[in-house]
Amino acid sequence: MIKAQVLVAGRGKAGAIKPASSPEEAEQVAQTILSMTVKGEKVAKVLVEEQLASRYERYVSIVVDRGSKCYTILCSTEGGVDIEEVAALHPEKIIRYRIDPVLGLQEFEGRIVAKQLGYSGAQMTQVASIVTKLYQIMLQCDGELIESNPLIETKAGEIIPADLRILVDDNSLFRQKKFLERSKTFEPDMTELEIKAREKGLAFVELEGNVGIIGNGAGLVMATLDMIIDYKGKPANFCDVGGGASEERIAAALEIVLANPKVKVLLINIMGGITRCDDVARAILNIQKRMGITIPMVIRLVGTNEKEGQKILASANIPSLNSMEEAAAKAVSLISEAT
Amino acid sequence: MAILVGRKTGAIVWGITGSQGQFHTQLMLEYGSKIVAGITPGRGGQEVHGVPVFDTAREALEKVHADASIIFVPAPHAKDATLEAIAANLNPIIVITEGIPVKDEILIMDIAKQKGITIIGPNTPGIITPGQCKLGIMPSHIFKPGKVGLVSRSGTLTYEIAASLTNAGLGQSTCLGVGGDPVVGMSFVDVFKMFRKDPATKAIAMIGEIGGNAEEMAAEYVNKTKYPKPIVAYIAGRGAPPGKRMGHAGAIITGKAGTAETKIESLRAAGVRIALKPGEIAKLIKRPKLTIN
Repeated sequence: MIKAQVLVAGRGKAGAIKPASSPEEAEQVAQTILSMTVKGEKVAKVLVEEQLASRYERYVSIVVDRGSKCYTILCSTEGGVDIEEVAALHPEKIIRYRIDPVLGLQEFEGRIVAKQLGYSGAQMTQVASIVTKLYQIMLQCDGELIESNPLIETKAGEIIPADLRILVDDNSLFRQKKFLERSKTFEPDMTELEIKAREKGLAFVELEGNVGIIGNGAGLVMATLDMIIDYKGKPANFCDVGGGASEERIAAALEIVLANPKVKVLLINIMGGITRCDDVARAILNIQKRMGITIPMVIRLVGTNEKEGQKILASANIPSLNSMEEAAAKAVSLISEAT
Repeated sequence: MAILVGRKTGAIVWGITGSQGQFHTQLMLEYGSKIVAGITPGRGGQEVHGVPVFDTAREALEKVHADASIIFVPAPHAKDATLEAIAANLNPIIVITEGIPVKDEILIMDIAKQKGITIIGPNTPGIITPGQCKLGIMPSHIFKPGKVGLVSRSGTLTYEIAASLTNAGLGQSTCLGVGGDPVVGMSFVDVFKMFRKDPATKAIAMIGEIGGNAEEMAAEYVNKTKYPKPIVAYIAGRGAPPGKRMGHAGAIITGKAGTAETKIESLRAAGVRIALKPGEIAKLIKRPKLTIN
């Protein structure tokens, strides 16, 4: 079996996992796979493995359970398929087992899970050991998800996790150095601007529309985006400069948002808390002088030192608004003028 | 009255000698909060804005009386700091720190639960009972003592709505952020239970967002218990695409779960009034109670 080693799921469907029956054929197949691009990622490595004829395919994963605040084992006798579909159509076929955060997962608990999956005898012990090992890997690697789909049974009756995938928690990268290096080299499903924004430490998501949006705070920016849509406009992006944003960060945000050629109007929404409005106003003026922003800008600037901030903008003939609703409505009306 | 923190609450600040810790300790003191000690290992014996610094919580508690704590230490050391605060029986513990690994959060929440300690956050602006006590990083001037309990998963959006409640003359009884991470201590349901018993809270404003099912759980609780106080909710992220993290680590739609639509639907079905714009919350709270059913 020749398998592409990429950071995206769904390799099989993309034709990046293929069998070969001789070393010559394996070389050929490997060359084909190595020339592929799977969901945006160029295949740089392949894994050559023994081809296993499987009798049963099952699904085993460990996930972060947000509601129960713990890791939970999710497994199903329906393996090798889209597990979200199974969960939606046959929720009774999904087995859940909560892992105690302090006790961890003991071997006997692995046996309970194996039994529920329908294993007995030596296979039960084998599956218990696989599941407890998955949990160890999850802890060692700071996983958000570890998934074996499928877990197969060979003709000889041996249980093997035929495919294994792990999602590593971004917040753990300060101590998961080997993954930090890996995550720098490629990010699946991210646009060029999104990768650039990440390097600058900005929360940025590119969207389809033409209203560029910058704000401070994730919730506030989401709310701004929703309001643009309510006024029948189309947001071009989500961009959060965070709390206490410096001139440098605001400049970086402007640079990235304006680098998108679809952006026809820029909306800046700042609710000053730790962030001071006069600082933001000065930053906007400096950046405008430096970069020469040519598209219309709508600025909403309230909160800490708002009077000073608004005065600074007014001195440069940049109007600023008090309400978020007014600002969103204005941005959308400017779009219809511009197009 | 209010919930969790009030005039008498004495608090210890973890990471008091760091830039964030120093800055916000000063602002909390100016607001009138009783900051009784700070903890920074290796800096015991120093003072920050007149507050004594200790190496360990054990030493601090030999010298001062404290109820609560607030954590500013960076993510790599946040687990240790929070577990020390738990071991010292401080309650509640407010974790401001952003970017704590989920593995650490799971352990923290489990130990706190076993000891019956309330954790607010992580990744929260904190908690404020206007006119009495602020343990957080929110701008004080937008809050006024009043009758609306405000609970949120967000930071600046909370300030936006707090300011509009203040401008509308409603004010706040207590305002707190439950935190923007996937795994957090207090849930909406936990906060609703406290607001229910608090005589100062006459109405509740809830600010949710995409990701997880905390809002759906809150709707179920409100419905099941025939919640006696009016609730108005705003849910951010109706325009968010699935599979993308919208700034907060917890704000992500996975598959078909965690969308704003399902949250709004379940809250509405539970009798919660939905504001489609942040500015509508104050208006909806002022509107006389509709008699449905």
